[in-house]
Amino acid sequence: MQDLSNADCIVIQGSNMAECHPVAYQWVTEARLKGARVIHIDPRFTRTSATADKHIPIRAGSDVVLLGALIKYILDHELYFKEYVVAYTNAATMVSEEYRDTEDLDGLFSGYDDAKGSYSQQTWAYASSDGEDDETPGTIGGPAAGHEHGEAKSARAAGDEHGSGGPALEHARVLRDETLQDPNTVFQILKRHYARYTPEMVADTCGISVDDFEYLARSVTENSGRERTTAFVYAVGWTQHTLGAQFIRTAAIVQLLLGNMGRPGGGIMALRGHASIQGSTDIPTLYNILPGYLAMPVAGLHDTWDEYLAAIGNKEQKGFWANADTYAVSLLKAWWGKAATAENDWCFDYVPKLTGAHGTYQTTMAMLDDQVEGYFLLGQNPAVGSAHGRMQRQAMSHLKWLVVRDFNMIESATFWKDGPEIASGELVTEDIQTEVFFLPAAAHTEKSGSFTQTQRMLQWHHQAVQPPGDCQSELQFFYELGRRVRELLADSTDERDRPLLDLTWDYPTDEHGDPDAEAVLAEINGRHLTGDQAGRPLSAYTEMKADGSTDGGCWIYTGVYAGSVNHAADRKPGREQDLTALDWGWAWPANRRILYNRASADPEGNPWSERKRYVWWDAEQGKWTGHDVPDFVPDKAPSYRPEPGTGGPAGLAGDDPFVMQADGKGWLFAPKGMLDGPLPTHYEPQESPVQNPLYTQQSNPARKVFPRKDNLWSPSGDSPGADVYPYVFTTYRLTEHHTAGGMSRWLPYLSELQPEFFCEVSPELAAERGLENGGWATIVSARAAIEARVMVTERMTPLTVTGRTIHQVGLPYHWGVGTNAVVSGDAANDLLGVALDPNVQIQESKAGSCDIVPGRRPAGEELLRLVAEYQSRAGSTVMTSNELRTGHPESTPDTREG
Amino acid sequence: MGFWRNQLSGPTDPAADAAWDRPEPRKGFFTDTSICIGCKACEVACKEWNGVPEDGLDLLNQSYDNTGALGASTWRHVAFVEQTTDRIEQARESGRKLVSLGMPSVRSRDDTALAGGGGTATATLTAPGDLVPGAAGGPGPIDAALPAVRWLMASDVCKHCTHAACLDVCPTGALFRTEFGTVVVQDDVCNGCGYCVAACPFGVIERRSGHEGHEKGAQSHGISIKGSGGSGGSGGSGGSEGTGAAGHQGGGSHQNAPSHAETNGEVKNVGIAQKCTLCYDRLGAGQTPACAQACPTTSIKFGDLDEMRATARARVAQLHELGYPEARLYGVDENDGVGGTGSTFLLLDEPEVYGLPPDPRVTTADLPDMFRKAGYAGLTMLGMAAAAFVGRRR
Repeated sequence: MQDLSNADCIVIQGSNMAECHPVAYQWVTEARLKGARVIHIDPRFTRTSATADKHIPIRAGSDVVLLGALIKYILDHELYFKEYVVAYTNAATMVSEEYRDTEDLDGLFSGYDDAKGSYSQQTWAYASSDGEDDETPGTIGGPAAGHEHGEAKSARAAGDEHGSGGPALEHARVLRDETLQDPNTVFQILKRHYARYTPEMVADTCGISVDDFEYLARSVTENSGRERTTAFVYAVGWTQHTLGAQFIRTAAIVQLLLGNMGRPGGGIMALRGHASIQGSTDIPTLYNILPGYLAMPVAGLHDTWDEYLAAIGNKEQKGFWANADTYAVSLLKAWWGKAATAENDWCFDYVPKLTGAHGTYQTTMAMLDDQVEGYFLLGQNPAVGSAHGRMQRQAMSHLKWLVVRDFNMIESATFWKDGPEIASGELVTEDIQTEVFFLPAAAHTEKSGSFTQTQRMLQWHHQAVQPPGDCQSELQFFYELGRRVRELLADSTDERDRPLLDLTWDYPTDEHGDPDAEAVLAEINGRHLTGDQAGRPLSAYTEMKADGSTDGGCWIYTGVYAGSVNHAADRKPGREQDLTALDWGWAWPANRRILYNRASADPEGNPWSERKRYVWWDAEQGKWTGHDVPDFVPDKAPSYRPEPGTGGPAGLAGDDPFVMQADGKGWLFAPKGMLDGPLPTHYEPQESPVQNPLYTQQSNPARKVFPRKDNLWSPSGDSPGADVYPYVFTTYRLTEHHTAGGMSRWLPYLSELQPEFFCEVSPELAAERGLENGGWATIVSARAAIEARVMVTERMTPLTVTGRTIHQVGLPYHWGVGTNAVVSGDAANDLLGVALDPNVQIQESKAGSCDIVPGRRPAGEELLRLVAEYQSRAGSTVMTSNELRTGHPESTPDTREG
Repeated sequence: MGFWRNQLSGPTDPAADAAWDRPEPRKGFFTDTSICIGCKACEVACKEWNGVPEDGLDLLNQSYDNTGALGASTWRHVAFVEQTTDRIEQARESGRKLVSLGMPSVRSRDDTALAGGGGTATATLTAPGDLVPGAAGGPGPIDAALPAVRWLMASDVCKHCTHAACLDVCPTGALFRTEFGTVVVQDDVCNGCGYCVAACPFGVIERRSGHEGHEKGAQSHGISIKGSGGSGGSGGSGGSEGTGAAGHQGGGSHQNAPSHAETNGEVKNVGIAQKCTLCYDRLGAGQTPACAQACPTTSIKFGDLDEMRATARARVAQLHELGYPEARLYGVDENDGVGGTGSTFLLLDEPEVYGLPPDPRVTTADLPDMFRKAGYAGLTMLGMAAAAFVGRRR
């Protein structure tokens, strides 16, 4: 995080960093005080814009055009970092001749399957020198790879399974043309792909002037190279789109071309929203990954241990994923201890297998279909915080039981008596059969444990006071729940109870019954199980074995408890160490602060420049050294070249810095792993008043849509009815509140700072619609109508897009309807529908279509009539905007009626 | 005479004047508004530490400011000011005039490099590489074009004046000068007479309305607690046009909320004059005031006043050099109407824009002059009387 202060230019896009990450923002402030240029690109002028050198307003959802134009600018003006690009990226790598680009197929990549609404990734693979493999390139790989069948494929996420590196490839034998001239090189494909992304296209699509684009392009390129580095910063303003993962991929291409990855003051900073949201992907609360980004096995594909092992890492590929078997065995040993043996495949059969997508929205819809009986909510308030609040609340009313563990009686705990659907008459309290259990939760000061923040750094918090009353830590709650369930099943002879009964469930507790959090950390870290080291903590994941002699709950965290010391609790003050601050907290992997930092040195191992010296090869001592823990095999010389065909870490050459990638290179072109294309290309949001200027294909053809009566959309682009919802709305957070409000709207000190739900509109839109500052407005989408106080502000800018004016409406989403909080109000997320990015299944909450009119909304049935009247005027049906392939209704997935 | 003048106006060491035997170095704030991100952490940290009650839940329709002003229950207040190009140009123009009047202007980059962070964050900035900007001949300063919009944010606080009118007029001795040169109210001595409220040239100190005040909706700066929309700034149409229908969940939501005075426990010090103590209790323990401690960007710096003023002067010079002539300091002039303040501010526009008086003047500053004039008047009268006798003799 503090490395941002080393940047010479920082582009913050898709993030309101000053407001949502004010503590981390100190390093941007620091950089600026040291002379860095800070540019904020955002639909709104926010508190981040106020402290940046320049704010560039952009139409929500058009980011790939802007970044794509940046790529074209870099290539056209030959401003890329040539030595870096040739040596460290896959620019020189040749792609299969079968590959066809969106520029050839009017918005589709080769391999699109209308019936499935998804891609086969086969034709995107690298060309191979091995004739035999040419016929089936890229057929071995992670469960995300191209060999999926039937149901499983269309209903799964993939991209985030590779949080610590790229997906597996079949081999390391690729063809390269280091002159970058061959038309099948990634470099030439890149050039052709972005040829139409001109500054004029940016002006026309994003609403950004040619001058502003020039300012951005010059700032970024003049502050990159040997001597200088530029950092990109993003948050959910990039991710929460049906094309979200590709927004970030576009930035990755820019940064690789400019040589800004793995170097001080460079990189792409993904800001995470909560204290430990990074931790909750590392040791996931997600349905499709296991701890340490090991993929969740899929029924029918990975039914046996061998099938699974082949899928998570291939011994033939380069890099550290080749050792995935050691990580997986250690995980199963941590879970099932002595019960996990080589004979029973380490209890692999105990691991549930995926039969489809079980993300939060699929689960919500399954509740509506009465397929889900119970639901645990822990630090989550879907009635306010999730997209399509109405669907969320309706779904919860179908449950048999609901457990809410929170500090306060949040709206998700009270929707059955005071939610908006009770007021509108859609739900009747007496008819709701859901039994709601509210269990008070301990706050972070009342329990010990770790937070893993945005920089992958674990920081320990010590218990300061006992939790009051019945409040319990999460750890105690789940330990106790498991203990009681196991007690109930103790005499069971049913095979299906074995996984629970065989679990290691033996944590030491204090006198209040709270398990020792450090004991859990030690288990996550992993231990030697046999030999004279038995019982000692592992010090690095490279010590993990696939023979059952080690355990470890999350391989990437191995080392946090090395030497039986809780390194997450390391707290040497910053003034007593250098800026890298290796003795503050512990960052995975291996306490490394900048990933891929081998790239901070040139191919020979020398720093690219004195000014950007970070990690380098010490020839005398024969090892890598520097300010950080080197992200490389410690004693592998820059000149090392492996025997052709060598797999694993040994297969990495001395100048392959991207040690988690299957070919050791940074991927400009992703031959595998991205479900919606090997290169980012611009599509409009699911709902957009603008026609895609590049292709007939309007929106991401691989996005996940849910055509249902309770999930209607505005017509898009030039379609009739699109003018019924003529404005773009975007949702966001404020400094003063915490997400859905559970930790802020119950506190008077925070509530008084932002007491009411408001919408932000430009003076021009206010004039067009007759809105008054301080007055009321009703905002209507194809799903709901809500009311908000009006803030008329010059900070909102109307944009000129394809010759017409596009107004954007800003909506902070912190408020909800209920009677228990200090402040409440309509929930902005009620306006949203459910359409998802295919890679990570995240909802599109940053761009939607709406209308806005002065005055308060009606109540009761009248409110429902208002929404229905808009739907009818727009002509919205379940098919509207849900065609995956524009103009091809057959591409729309089967509809389950809502 | 000179001794008395220094007691009432002009440069002096207020703690020594207050007869502290061994005063500490005078402490103060430097609030650099150019790096304030408006997070309001200072407001919340202040209330948490000092147990200051919630101060009203109304939307004020003043950008992101729903606090309004300093008062008995608001000891830190972050102002939000939205401006367009024409006003930015005016700010620059007035700034240029100040520079030509002798405000610090251009210094060498080396001198100003340290001015930046000031606080502890900067102190940690050593290796790797000490990446000095400009070392590789990067892009020059920002382009001259003025932005379409700017958003000023500034955290205001008690000024802890060198010549504090509140203290001078206090009849009970409840207000006193600490060994740190700051001004603090003793809650248990104050009798609530309110003289200090009228005396403060900045409108900082105020008597606290209590639970009764909450019930009646009468709040310190005219904000009603129950969300009836009656306060001055709010669009009257909205409040009165509300349907008011039962079951309508939107704007009437506050009515459902528990009484926040109760949530916070009983409001203490009702009727007593209240203001920032510069965290006197924390200072005594060698700690930083809560607001400065919480500030994530070091916009609020705390330390010895001499150091604060030096940092402020260096920072304003740096900003001038970077092409921001609108930057100016507030409260550093020891010859101003209050003898300079313990809270120094770097502003990016005229003080009025932030709600600060442009030329604050301690009420007692006029005392010597008043005494002198009264003396002259007395002498004149005596003279006239004498003359009358003389005349009569004639």
